[in-house]
Amino acid sequence: MADKPDNNAYWAANIRLVTICLVIWAVVSYGFAILLRPMLSGIAVGGTDLGFWFAQQGSILVFLVLIFFYAWRMNKMDRDFGVDEQ
Amino acid sequence: MDQTVLNIIVVGLSFALYFGIAIWARAGSTSEFYAAGRGVNPVVNGMATAADWMSAASFISMAGLIAFVGYSNSTFLMGWTGGYVLMAMLLAPYLRKFGKFTVPEFIGDRYYSNTARIVAVVCLIIVSITYVIGQMSGAGVAFARFLEVDADLGLYIAAAVVLVYAVLGGMKGITYTQVAQYVVLILAYTIPAIFISLQLTGNPIPGLGLFSNMSEGTAGAGTPLLVTLDGLLTDLGFSEYTTGSSPWLMALFTLSLMIGTAGLPHVIIRFFTVPRVADARWSAGWALVFIALLYLTAPAVGAMARLNIMTTMWPNGVEGEAVAVDDLPDWFETWAVTGLLGVEDKNGDGRIQYYNEGSEAMTALAAERGWEGNELTTFNRDILVLANPEIANLPGWVIALIAAGGIAAALSTAAGLLLAISSAISHDLIKSVFNPSISERGELLAARLSMVGAIVVATYLGLNPPGFAAQTVALAFGLAAASLFPTLMMGIFSKRMNSAGATWGMLAGLISTCLYLFLYLGWFFIPGTNALGSDQYLFGIPPTHFGPIGALLNFIVAYVVSNATEEPPQEIQDLVESVRIPRGAGAATGH
Repeated sequence: MADKPDNNAYWAANIRLVTICLVIWAVVSYGFAILLRPMLSGIAVGGTDLGFWFAQQGSILVFLVLIFFYAWRMNKMDRDFGVDEQ
Repeated sequence: MDQTVLNIIVVGLSFALYFGIAIWARAGSTSEFYAAGRGVNPVVNGMATAADWMSAASFISMAGLIAFVGYSNSTFLMGWTGGYVLMAMLLAPYLRKFGKFTVPEFIGDRYYSNTARIVAVVCLIIVSITYVIGQMSGAGVAFARFLEVDADLGLYIAAAVVLVYAVLGGMKGITYTQVAQYVVLILAYTIPAIFISLQLTGNPIPGLGLFSNMSEGTAGAGTPLLVTLDGLLTDLGFSEYTTGSSPWLMALFTLSLMIGTAGLPHVIIRFFTVPRVADARWSAGWALVFIALLYLTAPAVGAMARLNIMTTMWPNGVEGEAVAVDDLPDWFETWAVTGLLGVEDKNGDGRIQYYNEGSEAMTALAAERGWEGNELTTFNRDILVLANPEIANLPGWVIALIAAGGIAAALSTAAGLLLAISSAISHDLIKSVFNPSISERGELLAARLSMVGAIVVATYLGLNPPGFAAQTVALAFGLAAASLFPTLMMGIFSKRMNSAGATWGMLAGLISTCLYLFLYLGWFFIPGTNALGSDQYLFGIPPTHFGPIGALLNFIVAYVVSNATEEPPQEIQDLVESVRIPRGAGAATGH
């Protein structure tokens, strides 16, 4: 198991990336769309406010970007750490 | 041509397509039956996942669910999409790397325990059976509405169609029929939505139209669509569309749907069909792309259809006269026949006044204008999707497409659920527990027989829905969130988690969630047997919102029990190591 330290570093990097993504995931949906909506109520979007837009459109779009970003970063990281499928 | 004949032709063509695919994609091995031979392209799998995921409820009811409540029900939109972020980052790639066929198989092997495996099978079957009841009855209703057959007969037809392609093709047949079903349902959903958005706002993308100004020639031209809708609603005594209440409960419910989504076995197993770990990550993204096409459109469909119905009822604005009975549009008559819309001219003035008679503010106005109650007496929320093509004056084939789309949505989800159930029985119970020496051919036969058995049970339950049919969504999502999701996640992210911890954790999640549901909704959902009323919720948490609490209990119990007992053997810790890194996934395929 000569490559063991590498695997640990790979896993730590994965956890870091997942954490960042999930913080954004929570902020846009639970934050902007629900709990922080009153704070954003000053920003008008098409007859309502930014929070409403995040609740019905924005969150879903951010989720999409997050998953593709994660897939791209991880697939690149697999190669950098030499743990990709051959 | 008569609309019913056209519906039958279009639905019949879609069935012919599904059968053709089933014959082409026959499963010859257990690997093909359980995981489509692991040769599915990630984009194709994404599309199949979208159809697997989007049920009759998503297709027919969700727009109405949002339109009748407005902002507060955005929880469904975020909850049923946000779960894919959890699945993509916390479960799918690692479970694909593990390289087996079912969800209980991972739990049984990772926790080196047949007890854990059997508890997982029990959780999976409760979740999937409750979920499939709604799909079967949904398919029956779709048949009844469009083909004018009896709902029971419709259910038999649906069961027979699923039987053919699911038993023949297993996961392989189901995957490729789901792709076809996705295409049918997304066209059926978006075509009317695009036309309605163009008519109301001039914007062809419904999700953008929702936030645009009303176009020339419509009521409220030049003002934003949502302002017009809010104005009409408040004038008639309804609550405003864009405001909501109790943000903490909204957040909790969204979390319940998200965790539940990530823990649904029939969705998780879809990610076992792609060739590599990297593909599982991409595939989750593609799945959400295809789901988002419908979910971004749904809130627009809901709001626009609601607006259209309001302006139909009040063609001269709320200040003017209500619509005359004789001037109701043709589609109104068509749907009144089905019982989804109903009017009653209570004050006998030959006009139909639609307003919120429960609103105190309206009482004075109603008395002043001679209204004697709301006269749009039946207004089923499903109508907002079903009548869309007619509201937009689209040709008959688009209406027929909605019929095929509703049926496709129900069938694709039912097939995915039935596969999850049958593979848990044939693979996890028969192969892993009762008869490990069963041959490949024997197991394939067992898988097919389990599928037939699952369809028979689902059909029976669809015909005789237990009293709790309406509560099944809460049950399925609550249990998936409380039992399966935490156990799967800990199996990957905690090397220290052992078999006792996982088993007790799952049981804690399962039992606490069932108990909470039964206490408030009645034992086994039998009305009147509930011990506590809705004014006695613990910390004000309704039973439908309990999933995250059950999941938390699962995590806590698992952590405490695991730390009080021995750590898992070295080979299990090595297994967790290997699940975490993608290298070697190809070799781990099958057995």
